[in-house]
Amino acid sequence: MSDYIKPLPKPSPTSRPYWEAARRHELQLQHCGACNKYIYYPRPRCPNCMSDNLKWERVSGRGKLYSYTIVRRASTRSFADGPYVLAIVELDEGPRLTTNLIAPQDQLKIGMPVAVYFDDVTPEHTLVKFKPA
Amino acid sequence: MSLKNQAAAIGIAELKPWKEPPPDLTPLSLMARLTAEAIADAGLAKSDIDGFLVGMPTADPGFIYPASAAEVLGINPRMLNVVDIGGASPAGMIWRAAAAIQAGMCSAVLCIVADLNRVGDQRVPVISVQREFEAPYGNIGANCGYAMIANRHMYEYGTTPQQMAKVAVDQRKNALKNPLAAFGDKPLTIDDVLNSRMIVDPLHLFEIVSPCSGGSAVIIASPEVAKRAKNPPVWLLGAGEYSNHSSITYAPSLTESPIKPAADTAFKMAGVERKNIDLVCPYDCYTITVLVTLEDAGFCKKGQGGPFAAEHDLSYAGDFPCNTHGGQLSFGQPGLGGGMSHVVEGIRQLMGRGEGRQVKDAALAYVNGNGGIMSEQVSLILERRS
Repeated sequence: MSDYIKPLPKPSPTSRPYWEAARRHELQLQHCGACNKYIYYPRPRCPNCMSDNLKWERVSGRGKLYSYTIVRRASTRSFADGPYVLAIVELDEGPRLTTNLIAPQDQLKIGMPVAVYFDDVTPEHTLVKFKPA
Repeated sequence: MSLKNQAAAIGIAELKPWKEPPPDLTPLSLMARLTAEAIADAGLAKSDIDGFLVGMPTADPGFIYPASAAEVLGINPRMLNVVDIGGASPAGMIWRAAAAIQAGMCSAVLCIVADLNRVGDQRVPVISVQREFEAPYGNIGANCGYAMIANRHMYEYGTTPQQMAKVAVDQRKNALKNPLAAFGDKPLTIDDVLNSRMIVDPLHLFEIVSPCSGGSAVIIASPEVAKRAKNPPVWLLGAGEYSNHSSITYAPSLTESPIKPAADTAFKMAGVERKNIDLVCPYDCYTITVLVTLEDAGFCKKGQGGPFAAEHDLSYAGDFPCNTHGGQLSFGQPGLGGGMSHVVEGIRQLMGRGEGRQVKDAALAYVNGNGGIMSEQVSLILERRS
């Protein structure tokens, strides 16, 4: 039994490949064969062109810090164990994602290059986080 | 076809928010009180109310809510709905009421919100997508998203903490004159704001709304019903609504909000210029929200919200009256009653009932409702004709 108390993702049929790839420490995104866009988070159809021609592709895991905040006082008890950096990362492939940045607070800078870091928070769950590149 | 001059606000009711609500209150008991007060304020009978738009209280949520609430209140509506666009719901009710009236479906719509906030802990979001892709990283509640907007705004435009704090300071000046403001007891300085506890960088405690309990109601009526109302009618001149994301992460921009299309639609419908607006009532869950709203609604250039707030007096007596009730930052946020407070204040001022904070000769007001993390936007232009 894990003593991890924070909320964990419950994969849907649409998103399961994303989380299974993360479990293998791979960042995979859907790629739309019709409009050539990468998609995050996983969608039933392409939110840009509504195509169902979506394929999972491994992506670089590299991007830039788009914005962040240091959460000093969390809105929920499960995150009350200390300040954490909530971030939006813009991947080199285009999509932005919500994540945590694992970095010293005095090194945070919008625009800084970052790289994916897979955090195995429980034996069954891996979260997609980032570190300075 | 447009909603211009098709309906008017004729009655209001608003409760002073409770920081800690008395134990014997329920959302429906608050709605009953508000309904009675709003009807009396308008000079109508309850049987005149034939439309019902209600906000879903978090303290008493339920499926098929409007008929249950209407039954408790003894209202038999010809149009009934929950409006569920977050903090924009109250502003969204106003144009929906006008549209239903214009369509001939009803003639006097009660728009009502009430809620109790007794829980100390923010709930994990219940929408599956947010539970899956936001909550595991701690993107829970609204603070984080607005903090990331503020950080990005500072990065792109050089906005300063002092400029953001000025919004809370000027709005407090307004709250000192509003007997209904929950936080209207003592003045606030920029240093007070910047010395208050940092909650989510760069937002300090006094830049963040406080959850309260309370509620409010507005009656929107047809021109025929408005003729026999007690109050001078406040006409809806223009309305616009827009949404382009739910989580701010997937918004096209953190700093350019969906307010622009909403406000442009409202101003175009109203046929008035920004410079003719006498007071603005922008949704202010955070100080940064006001700056982004003033920019995207077209009251200053993009990115110049900070200098604009610093250079103008936002108080009721100033050169740019803004949230003359104190804003939610000083009035409090009684659930959706926070969003309704901007609507009510716009109407109140235009009715000439601003008392100690009345904006002189106020004839035109801009109101903005904002849901989620800048997700749903509703802009309204209201007018009192002399």
